Amino acid sequence: MAKTIAEINKRIKEGKAVVVTAEEIIDIARTKGITRAAQEVDVVTTGTFGVMCSSGAYLNIGHTKPRLKLGGGKAYLNDVLAYPGFAAADLFIGSNALPDDDPRNRIRPGEFNYGGGHVIEELVAGKDVRLSATAYGTDCYPRKKLDTWVNIKDLNQATLLNIRNAYQNYNVAVNLSDKLIYTYMGMLKPRLGNATYSSAGQLSPLLKDPYYRTIGIGTRIFLGGGIGYVAWHGTQHNPDVLRGDNGVPKRGAGTLAVIGDLKQMSPHWLVGTSMLGYGCSLGVGIGVPIPVLDEEVLRHAAATDGEIFAAVVDYSDAYPKMKPDILGEVSYAELKSGTIKVQGKNVPTASLSSYSRAVEISGILKGWIQKGDFLLTESVAPLPGVDSEVTFKPLNERPVEY
Amino acid sequence: MMAAVSKRIVLHFPRRTIDRPIIWHLARDYALEFNILKASIGPEQEGLMVIELTGTQEDYDKGINFLVKTGVKIQSLSQDIIRNEDRCTQCGACVTICPANAFCIEPGSRKVIFDNEKCVACGLCIKACPPHAMEVHF
Ligand code: SF4
Ligand code: SF4
Repeated sequence: MAKTIAEINKRIKEGKAVVVTAEEIIDIARTKGITRAAQEVDVVTTGTFGVMCSSGAYLNIGHTKPRLKLGGGKAYLNDVLAYPGFAAADLFIGSNALPDDDPRNRIRPGEFNYGGGHVIEELVAGKDVRLSATAYGTDCYPRKKLDTWVNIKDLNQATLLNIRNAYQNYNVAVNLSDKLIYTYMGMLKPRLGNATYSSAGQLSPLLKDPYYRTIGIGTRIFLGGGIGYVAWHGTQHNPDVLRGDNGVPKRGAGTLAVIGDLKQMSPHWLVGTSMLGYGCSLGVGIGVPIPVLDEEVLRHAAATDGEIFAAVVDYSDAYPKMKPDILGEVSYAELKSGTIKVQGKNVPTASLSSYSRAVEISGILKGWIQKGDFLLTESVAPLPGVDSEVTFKPLNERPVEY
Repeated sequence: MMAAVSKRIVLHFPRRTIDRPIIWHLARDYALEFNILKASIGPEQEGLMVIELTGTQEDYDKGINFLVKTGVKIQSLSQDIIRNEDRCTQCGACVTICPANAFCIEPGSRKVIFDNEKCVACGLCIKACPPHAMEVHF
């Protein structure tokens, strides 16, 4: 029998809801069968913790005396370039931003020791961050210079707004060339020396709701240790990719744009990262609850690592050159076994997203719901689905002629 | 007769030196006793070896000189590599980077275990660990 979100919320408030993690549901579905499991379980909690580059935070610093207009000027947080292209007191700091004097990849591989992701982590940790800004001065905003310490507790707003997170599946990266390469998928050793992947697989939110039946705009989620919301479909959202018989995408597919109050979050779940030879970023923890509305929702939520497949891609050639070629498909069960077979060779695997933290997140979210602190939301509008004609296009480059 | 010394050092053999019998020369030409404690091959095919050398101070110094001339990089094993447990996110990126297999995944929890005993202090994980959880201590 189908359930509604209102019915599930009533059970949560009464302390009667049955909540399990996306890992636990696998055994429950196996022993009890889909029908019984769908009747007995109300909510399945998912989780993922990985480096998510399209993350950043809006800060409102409060007005200076006399007034200064950041908009159109220049601003730095701990020397990292921030974006002040708004009104007087708003700023955006992106996770990949760097200080102007960072040597970047001048000597390869660049170390990228400090960037926007680290600034966000330090802000969240309650540390003082140095804000230096210059402005052009107007009659109503006369001031031109600012150099001050700021602290998250004094900011009017600190809002995490990640325009693309929680990728529904991702490439497995390998290197077919003869030299070591440094990528956003980590160090890739020559001649298929290793393979890296970056998804929590059977715990990952969008892999457990492959057609976005319950996850939509307005869905309340665990974000960076606090409560956040799905704001929109993420950039590069690409629902109409190759899918298995179980409906699970075999390539990078859907994405989420998420928003939440940075002041509630924790540096344990927002971690500044440095990818050697690539750049700075932010490790983000996200957890999404899936209300078990019917058997179909449960069947999808119970998918196992063995039933979820990802494409193996050569990052020495195919990826940088935008060639569509893949070297094969492997399941997350194979990836987690420690070796996969690519072109007949046994290749050791390593994960970039933390499965143990994903387990932790799904457990925390389960705890919140069981205690009645976290109610489920009806989505305001669905994410674009397979038939939406939303696709992921390359740039149509039209060189400017001189 | 000078006092005997016995030291543990880490040798980094660049790829071009790998097929030369360097250690054999150390024993024959410098009368040093050696004990190979660990050996592995790094990602760029460079050799890594933790070795204990014993001999007179004079022979030891000459032997080290010889190693430097052949292009071998020498590092003292007093450098210790430690994981900052608070910063480690248990991702696993280090697992296939470490040439000495000092990291492994615990099957059930999928937590990343670091075995300091296996570490040859090559330094690769220091820069490659995304949250910079691996630290060198002198
Ligand atoms: S790469 Fe760093 S953060 Fe990741 S498991 Fe290894 S030590 Fe921990
Ligand atoms: S320094 Fe790091 S990568 Fe090198 S051997 Fe030790 S643990 Fe492994």
